Amino acid sequence: MPRNGKSNGKTNGKGNGHWMGQRLKRKEDPRLIQGISHYADDLRLPGMLHCAFVRSPHAHAVIRSIDTSPARAVPGVITVILAQDLEGVGNVPCAGVLPDLKTPAHPPLARERVRYVGEPVAAVVAEDIYAARDAAELVQVEYDPLPAVVDTEKATAKDADLIYPEFKTNVAYVHPLKNGDIASAFKRANKVVKERLVNQRLAPVSLEPRGVAAQYLPGERTLTVWSSTQIPHLLKTQISLMLGLPETSVRVVTPEVGGGFGSKLNVYGEEAVVPWLAIKLGRPVKWIETRRENMQATIHGRDQIAYLELALKRDGTILGLRARILADLGAYYQLLTPIIPTLTALLITGCYKIPAVDIEITGVLTNKMATDAYRGAGRPEATYVIERMVDLAARELKMDPVEIRRKNFPKPTEFPYNTSTGVIYDSANYQMSLKRALELAGYSKLRARQKAGWKQGKYYGIGLSTYVEICGMGPSSAMPAGGWESATVRVEPTGKITVLTGASPHGQGQETTFAQLVADQLGLKPEDVAVIHGDTAAVPYGIGTFGSRATAVGGTAVYYATEKIKTKMSAIAAHLMGVKPDELAFGGGKITTKDKKKSVGFGEAVSAAYMARTLPPGMEPGLEATHFFEPSNFTYPFGAHICSVEVDPETGETKIEKYVAVDDCGNVINPLLVDGQIHGGIVQGLAQALYEEVIYNEDGQLVTGSLMDYALPKAVHQPQFVLDRTVTPSPVNPMGVKGVGEAGTIGSCPAVVNAVCDALAPLGIKHIDMPLKPEKVWRAIQSAQTPSPAGKRARAQSRARRTA
Amino acid sequence: MKKDIAINLNGVEHRAQVEPRLLLVHFLRETAGLTGTHIGCETSLCGACTVLLDGRAVKSCTVLAVQADGRSVATIEGLAQGGQLHAIQEGFWEQHGLQCGYCTPGMIMCAHDLLERSATPTEQEIREALDGNLCRCTGYQHIINSVQAAARKLGKRKTTRAVAAD
Repeated sequence: MPRNGKSNGKTNGKGNGHWMGQRLKRKEDPRLIQGISHYADDLRLPGMLHCAFVRSPHAHAVIRSIDTSPARAVPGVITVILAQDLEGVGNVPCAGVLPDLKTPAHPPLARERVRYVGEPVAAVVAEDIYAARDAAELVQVEYDPLPAVVDTEKATAKDADLIYPEFKTNVAYVHPLKNGDIASAFKRANKVVKERLVNQRLAPVSLEPRGVAAQYLPGERTLTVWSSTQIPHLLKTQISLMLGLPETSVRVVTPEVGGGFGSKLNVYGEEAVVPWLAIKLGRPVKWIETRRENMQATIHGRDQIAYLELALKRDGTILGLRARILADLGAYYQLLTPIIPTLTALLITGCYKIPAVDIEITGVLTNKMATDAYRGAGRPEATYVIERMVDLAARELKMDPVEIRRKNFPKPTEFPYNTSTGVIYDSANYQMSLKRALELAGYSKLRARQKAGWKQGKYYGIGLSTYVEICGMGPSSAMPAGGWESATVRVEPTGKITVLTGASPHGQGQETTFAQLVADQLGLKPEDVAVIHGDTAAVPYGIGTFGSRATAVGGTAVYYATEKIKTKMSAIAAHLMGVKPDELAFGGGKITTKDKKKSVGFGEAVSAAYMARTLPPGMEPGLEATHFFEPSNFTYPFGAHICSVEVDPETGETKIEKYVAVDDCGNVINPLLVDGQIHGGIVQGLAQALYEEVIYNEDGQLVTGSLMDYALPKAVHQPQFVLDRTVTPSPVNPMGVKGVGEAGTIGSCPAVVNAVCDALAPLGIKHIDMPLKPEKVWRAIQSAQTPSPAGKRARAQSRARRTA
Repeated sequence: MKKDIAINLNGVEHRAQVEPRLLLVHFLRETAGLTGTHIGCETSLCGACTVLLDGRAVKSCTVLAVQADGRSVATIEGLAQGGQLHAIQEGFWEQHGLQCGYCTPGMIMCAHDLLERSATPTEQEIREALDGNLCRCTGYQHIINSVQAAARKLGKRKTTRAVAAD
């Protein structure tokens, strides 16, 4: 029986050594726990200037005039620039392409019009940050406000105000996905369940805000940009395009990155403006985002309204799903804005066999910050709606939520499984993870207690979520900008190993896990392996870290590059020993024949490669290999989460009593790190369910502009999580790994909402939209119109308790 | 008008002339050059900038440098002694109490404050003590485990010292 927070230790780390599968402490940590690492704001360059942005206080307005003279008069101010100063600088890029997509121009500084609160209008540069901020407040901008388009549904009305009059509509695209005979499915159905479900807008809120610093050396003609980003190489290419510099002159370095969650999987206007200033001024320039800017002008996530219809047979078999989804895109596109909601369509059938689908995603422009990839990126939205719909269907059919799920799971023998949305789930055993979660949660006991509780006026609820997700992004054919990843493995002359990875970890711990992987392959120790990432001058072109891809794609590139090294070292060792190269084993710092009669020291073979005197004839000297790994498919982690709650009818407050998560991310390299990813993921999903919501008022003002108003989960709110794993290796890569960065977030959110709605079932409450804040829940309880007999009893007893 | 201040920082006196509005966190990072104390919100809501002022945890983004004049400040850089990690740092390392590491110095300093006041806090007491420190990566469970591990280590060390003194 796993203890709270600990896994069962089932790891099945593949590999010939013994590091894979171990709960190793991270190599990254000594510098982080001593405060001696360097995030963007920790950079100090001689002569460095500081930048602050002037941002729009209006959601929608015409810029009538800008007077920068009071700002320029502040002591220490070097310059103030506006959009017109950036002549020739390209627009902020969007890699998302869809048929008939309306794409607005997105200049780094607003020209003529502003379209969301927080849009940058001017940049101030000064000798220190206090002067820069003082001056930014003195830039006088006169605006003529325009009506703001805020409500996603109203934005699609024929008579809605227009954000881009030239488009004649606020609808940016309509993306259909149809398969199977949907008309027949609904005709044959005994039951059709309909609901409108909202995935509210969220803010990623990495603890480290964004930050950019740049230095231009005119002699060397090199621009170095330090940015808190998840995608250094893509950023390098885009900076060169935006600034019109040869790509060979641009180097991007990611210092320590304090969290991203998708928000730094992006190219922002500031990443063009700050380097441009550094070039123009001939001095290094740094800009560090404030938290308010981070809430206003770093991408948001989710923000979808879904109208759903699920057709079922009386026995719970799902026949078909109709979904009309409005996706709020905001005012401009960031890197992936328009295509994130299309991922919702791909995953909307969840882990169920749904033979017919009719999905339509409508992208809507509004006067808000752009939405884009936030932990899960389109997939939590899908999981939430299908998991809620299945629960609603179970209730209408008077089935147990466990039974309806089991009824519709594909059998383990049906994998790879083709979904009606057009993706191929690689491997799974949904029955197994659900069974384990039910055991750990003590499901039947929880149900019994719930029934007993109702009689005592206690509102206990049990929520399930059986999820699958699309990870390991991904095959290039399905990605906007390449879905492969690169790795170079270099054995240094002293026998130490340098791994260069195109992945760009920012908390995930690949300096440790990749070292574990390579150590096993080469028969060395993790401390012999250094993993370098996030410097485009050192690391071959890569894609970056997002979409739970770093291990499944980046790790596999490392695996193959290391295999190339092994092949070459085997040939060298075989030559030195006079044996055949295909029968050698790496281990204990030696290369040994199968019969263990002969061996060559690892260092000896390395020396031979560099001294190049005893190499096999015709062999290239050196010991370095690069691999670009292109996956054949995504990977599809899955799992079952069970949450039990008690809702207080007096306050509407939800207390999570027990949380069980059984996740399957294939083979595991470091269980300690996987547990950490799951914990953090669960809390982000749970926070969507209970606390977090970006709110704009009807004028488009951001109401939740600080951490005072935007409720991040705190330690005191969280229960102890009980974790376990099942292991179903992925056939997509040789390590059988799947990815785990987003699993917790995707799995947890519907489990919590299902639990709360289950608790309130006796009151006849069917559904409450997220976040389930106490006030909202309390109001729902108050206005419950037709309580069931059990609910009436419960309310009467609750009243009786109050009186007593 | 600039003010002369003297702050005992990690046991070393730092003298400087500062603007009265200079925040302590900017003094630490810009004047003293200790960048281990991080800025996450500048509104005392996230706790990333937590340091010890005369031994008690404060959020250095809402303390002025002049308020620390004549007082002692301890930051994350001062915690390890003679190349030996502090027990709380060891706890965070062993229990995987950090991912991106940005909140970590503040978490560790806040945990330091707690463990000075209470040697064997319950899980609930730890959760409440860390209420002013946000972490977006870990979901807090490994942070709680880290503080518990640190408390055990500190307890053992005290016992060892006591035995040695006997």
